[in-house]
Amino acid sequence: MTGSGSEILLPRRRRRRRSNWRGLVYIAPAMALVIVFFIMPVLFTGWMSLHNWPLMGASRWIGFNNYFRMANDTRFMSALSFTAYYTVIVTIAIFAIAFPLAIFVEKERQFVGAYRTIIFLPVVVGLATASLLWVWLANVDSGFIGPALKALGLVEKSPNLLATFDTAFLTIVVMVVWKIAGFTMIILLTGLQAIPSELTEAARIDGAGRWQRFRHLTLPLMRKTIALALIVSVTGSILAFDQFYIMTAGGPQNKMISVVYYIFNQSFVSFNLGYGAALSIVLLAILVAISIVQLWLLRVGEERP
Amino acid sequence: MTTSKERRARKAVRTKSAYHLTGIAISIFFLAPFVITLLSSFRHGTEASLPPLPPWPTSGVSIDSYALLDTFGAGIWRHMINSLFVSVATVVLTVAVSLLAGYGFSRYRFPLKNALFVLIIATLMIPFQSILTPLFIILAKLGLNNSLLGLTLVYVTLQLPFSVFMMRNAFDAVPKEIEEAARIDGARDLRLLVRVLLPLVLPGVATVAIFAFLNAWNEFLAALVLLSSNEKYTLPVLMTAVRAGRLGAINWGAVQAGVVVMTIPCLIVFLLLQRYYMRGLMAGAVK
Repeated sequence: MTGSGSEILLPRRRRRRRSNWRGLVYIAPAMALVIVFFIMPVLFTGWMSLHNWPLMGASRWIGFNNYFRMANDTRFMSALSFTAYYTVIVTIAIFAIAFPLAIFVEKERQFVGAYRTIIFLPVVVGLATASLLWVWLANVDSGFIGPALKALGLVEKSPNLLATFDTAFLTIVVMVVWKIAGFTMIILLTGLQAIPSELTEAARIDGAGRWQRFRHLTLPLMRKTIALALIVSVTGSILAFDQFYIMTAGGPQNKMISVVYYIFNQSFVSFNLGYGAALSIVLLAILVAISIVQLWLLRVGEERP
Repeated sequence: MTTSKERRARKAVRTKSAYHLTGIAISIFFLAPFVITLLSSFRHGTEASLPPLPPWPTSGVSIDSYALLDTFGAGIWRHMINSLFVSVATVVLTVAVSLLAGYGFSRYRFPLKNALFVLIIATLMIPFQSILTPLFIILAKLGLNNSLLGLTLVYVTLQLPFSVFMMRNAFDAVPKEIEEAARIDGARDLRLLVRVLLPLVLPGVATVAIFAFLNAWNEFLAALVLLSSNEKYTLPVLMTAVRAGRLGAINWGAVQAGVVVMTIPCLIVFLLLQRYYMRGLMAGAVK
């Protein structure tokens, strides 16, 4: 991830003096954007989080009061626990589907390219688009899922899937699996294909069964890939917003408010910008912590090839 | 009497058909939502609130749903143009900025080079969802609040870590000799970059462009927060109004039409440039 390796291709010494400023000119536009639209906002978030900051009128320094307020904010706590619950369930669901799919499309054979492409298609449409599509499919009167179940005679009357927490949650998990499984599948596929076939062959000759080969050969060799797919899935789920906003508008009895949704409500609905900033800092800290764990996990994977 | 050879052959056929039956079932699950929506969107307005059983138009093909979609916001063309403007501008700016930065990081030596590179990549760790409030305020200070250009600049910044990384690797893979030869022929600086090197890093540019396009076209939360007036909305934001409905009634035909309008460009771009998309994905996975 760091810049090592680029040193090999440095320009010759004689150009060095001129290159000093010229290189900076080339990267200047990128640096300007990153500083104005990323570094400054991050620092600004920290600054705002120490203020009572209404949309109109003067902001007032209140020290760490926003952070103290957070500790007693039961709605924030329930947003945190809902997000954690969603992250765990959806990550398990994605892996439970994506791993078999990766094994299914691993070997080159007829039509396997078509299968890979079809499974991957939902990945390239937006999460907002997918949410909109599925909120229609899940609609009680005009949708597809409920009326189809009824037409098949499986239920007496079409169920209102988005009306109760459990069924709405299930619908969202199915939508996200449909949308994301192809992505995780491709990541896992690269890991599967990197395993030398001689190894699996040798294990087969030694009499290892299919499950044994998977458990003791495939899984350990895929540690790094699995770690990567896991991190992508976990960070993506923690930042979930679109599906709850569009599909359930926070869900039955406001039980589906994720952390980002809560920050959105505090900052842009109630206009408690200072408090929203403090909540953002907490979210940022959680994500940075996960990224550090990620770097550590991936490095550990490298040490044992 | 069957020989063991015949039995084996028959077993192979059975395994093969079982494999493809599974494949077809999986494909139906992943394709059905698209197909059902596309077909349903061409039903008559009177059928729009009926369940899609069957999904295809039973009383003739019609574009009622699309006409109805056009009555929301400032008209569907306006919002499509907004979305297209933001996406294309994001692609152009991302390519230009990351091309220059990738070249600079690959070929030049300057103070703090590695620190600056890590700084750009490290922004990946920080979710943009957590900096929306200050972005809102900074854009307002720059006079770019509620502006498609402001939104574009935010999108370009979000694309930079991945794009600069891709472009630096692309330039690293170009042999130094080509550049030396071009220099001897008198090509310098930007002319060298555009005329000689750009064709050589074109696959990298394609990868950067396709990711920039899809992410800008599909992004929802930042657009929702940063755009405040009706006529500026990009498609995903417009669709929240369609989703909310009028007088408590949602017109599902307009929803289907909107989903189709938002989906088609993504699928076309992906299917045409799949190779470059997958390269980007692999670069991310290997990194």
